[in-house]
Amino acid sequence: MSTSPPASDGPLLTLSGVGKSYNGDAPAVADVTLSIERGSFISLVGPSGCGKSTLLRLIAGLLQPSQGTLDWEGGDRPDDLGFVFQDATLLPWASAFDNVYMPLKLKGVSRDAASSKVQEALIRVGLGDVPDRLPRELSGGMRMRVSIARALVTEPPVLLMDEPFAALDEFTREKLDDDLLTLWRDLGWTVIFVTHSVYESVYLSERILVMSTEAGPGQIADDIHIDAPYPRGLSFRQSSAYFDRCKAVSAALRDGDI
Amino acid sequence: MSSSFFRLLIPMLVGIGALLFWEAAVTIGDVPKFVLPAPSVIGAALLENFGSLISALWVTLRITLLAFALAVVGGVALAILFSQSRLIEMALFPYAIILQVTPVVAIAPLILIWVGFDNVNLALLILAWIVAFFPILSNTTLGLRSVDHNLMDLFTLYGATRWQRLWSLQLPAALPYILGGMKISGGLALIGAVVAEFVAGSGSGTGLAWRIIEAGNRLQVPTMFAALLLLSLLGIAIFFALTLLEHLALRRWHESAVNRGS
Repeated sequence: MSTSPPASDGPLLTLSGVGKSYNGDAPAVADVTLSIERGSFISLVGPSGCGKSTLLRLIAGLLQPSQGTLDWEGGDRPDDLGFVFQDATLLPWASAFDNVYMPLKLKGVSRDAASSKVQEALIRVGLGDVPDRLPRELSGGMRMRVSIARALVTEPPVLLMDEPFAALDEFTREKLDDDLLTLWRDLGWTVIFVTHSVYESVYLSERILVMSTEAGPGQIADDIHIDAPYPRGLSFRQSSAYFDRCKAVSAALRDGDI
Repeated sequence: MSSSFFRLLIPMLVGIGALLFWEAAVTIGDVPKFVLPAPSVIGAALLENFGSLISALWVTLRITLLAFALAVVGGVALAILFSQSRLIEMALFPYAIILQVTPVVAIAPLILIWVGFDNVNLALLILAWIVAFFPILSNTTLGLRSVDHNLMDLFTLYGATRWQRLWSLQLPAALPYILGGMKISGGLALIGAVVAEFVAGSGSGTGLAWRIIEAGNRLQVPTMFAALLLLSLLGIAIFFALTLLEHLALRRWHESAVNRGS
């Protein structure tokens, strides 16, 4: 499963002055300008209502910007972006296999033709042995794994994640964080990860975009690079370098709120 | 002893007790059977008129089932149409409500004139359909709209067509609502068929409602009770058949039907 990036040095996606307001209210996202490099792991961090989910939906094309433009490398938005929601968002009547098969089914791929890809995606997230279980027969963490398998089955160049592990217990969450990093490194995705957890964002990302509500609604208050090497494991989680970076991001969040 | 056994046993004991009390009270009090016949007399009347009552039951059952089937098809089809176009929904939904709130008894004479007095069966079918149709329409419309918004977004992201969205997402998600509507509507179809026969009279065959009127005119109260008994049994059978259908369709995945083992 590898995506074949066209040889190019330009950013994968460039946002120029992007803004979004609903029905004339105060903007949810205002004047965001940034570029996203291919293969990077970026987190959007901020308090509830800061516009981070709106920004993610603008990137996904689920919302259209009120101002500004999004320019993808090569012209158009890739037509199979992976998207993972806070809830697993599975079809409750369909098995794990059929849930992962769904994106391929919508593209007209037959069940037989898709079978090996679906199985491979399930194995990648550690669910190779439970393809026939229904969502309600799986734990919260396993449901989220199905959701990730569904996102990766189309081999998307970009994976967008909207607070994906926020509803899980801490142990499960740390495990999924590690597995996500492994997948990211193996598959060469670009990941844009929305979270309200400073700790999670520092652990996962190369780059953190801090959004705030007060300094200017829906704006990016800070752009912080986390230059720790991968693979990151327990030793990184417990290192003073990790805590220093968490402090820096927290400080940026607070500055934004004054 | 399981609790489901008791759940059957207790109402049955109550029923048998009530029948015995009824039998004893009527016998001791010497109540004439054209006022309140004893259960044994009703049983005898049922056996005596079994052939004609069963054929009347069949007539009522046929109209009920046909009206119900057409209500399901029509209600689901119209709800799908509404889900595809807000404009059509805006234009037609008020008329569906008008159809629903106007008492069917009041429309019966009009329908009868329109279809002609030699087509009473058709009139009965239309009237029962009107009564049974609305719960299906209203529940299916609600169900098609109640799909998880994130799942709708996901289908958008993957470029699903309108048809794929309807078939693979909206209809399965609406299934619990449709089945709930069917449970209401099954009983209503029977009520509609009986009320319509009271008002519009009988067609080529005689239904149970007409047998009740007939027996009433002749003061054959035990036969009236026997016909009533068959109607109740029919209603109960319809309800249980639809409950079973709901259970079979939803037992694996829907919260309402999942056995949580407690």
